[in-house]
Amino acid sequence: MGKPIKIRAKVKGDVAEVKALLPHDMESGLRRDPETDELVPAHYITEVVAEHKGEVVLTAYWSTAVSKNPYVAFSFTGAAPGDMIKVSWTDNSGDTSETEAAMK
Amino acid sequence: MKFDRRSLIKGALAISATFALPKMLFAARPDKAFQSTDAAGAIAELFGDTATASDQVTMKIPDIAENGAVVPVTVSTDIENVESISLLVVNNPTPLASTVNFGPRSLPNVSVRIKMGQSSPVIAIVKADGKLYSTEKEVKVTIGGCGG
Repeated sequence: MGKPIKIRAKVKGDVAEVKALLPHDMESGLRRDPETDELVPAHYITEVVAEHKGEVVLTAYWSTAVSKNPYVAFSFTGAAPGDMIKVSWTDNSGDTSETEAAMK
Repeated sequence: MKFDRRSLIKGALAISATFALPKMLFAARPDKAFQSTDAAGAIAELFGDTATASDQVTMKIPDIAENGAVVPVTVSTDIENVESISLLVVNNPTPLASTVNFGPRSLPNVSVRIKMGQSSPVIAIVKADGKLYSTEKEVKVTIGGCGG
């Protein structure tokens, strides 16, 4: 199980503005271990899904070119303060993480 | 409940619609596009089409990135019915960095932070109503972070 996702979400009118921080090492597979000089295998988030009221509001597919501890911000309509937003990810090793947070 | 022909057909349609919808939203990860080693190939693999430059696509990205490991990018557009926003770093070993698919309630903007191995043009492509709109910007990466 991956580390929990940090979510900050605010609702203005009926528009939700979501910012999420996904702790993950996002290894590119191109970096060498400074001690052994061997390539560190690629380890990265391949897919991020955000859901509001059971509806998918964002699906992101990523490569190793997304920075370490990825940040993603997006927005959608039809939200109210207090609603829950769920963000989850899957990485190339099959590991997953899922966090649900209330929107302000 | 009566199982006449009409209700059976309605039921069958409703069930197929329920299964079809998540499939549309959860279109599989475009692995081949992510493996492509050139930007044009990745775009062809992802969309099977080429994009037209449009001033309706806005990309916020620094002109000079001190640290290529963390380059913040925001893409937004006033085009309607946006299906996806994709980002490509032309000079990266595999240019396609991120592709984001939207739902019916999503607003067409997204921010991420990307890695750039060296100075490169960065391309943002918006897909809306089946058409592709793009914008491109050259980003200089300062290796070593000494501002040179």
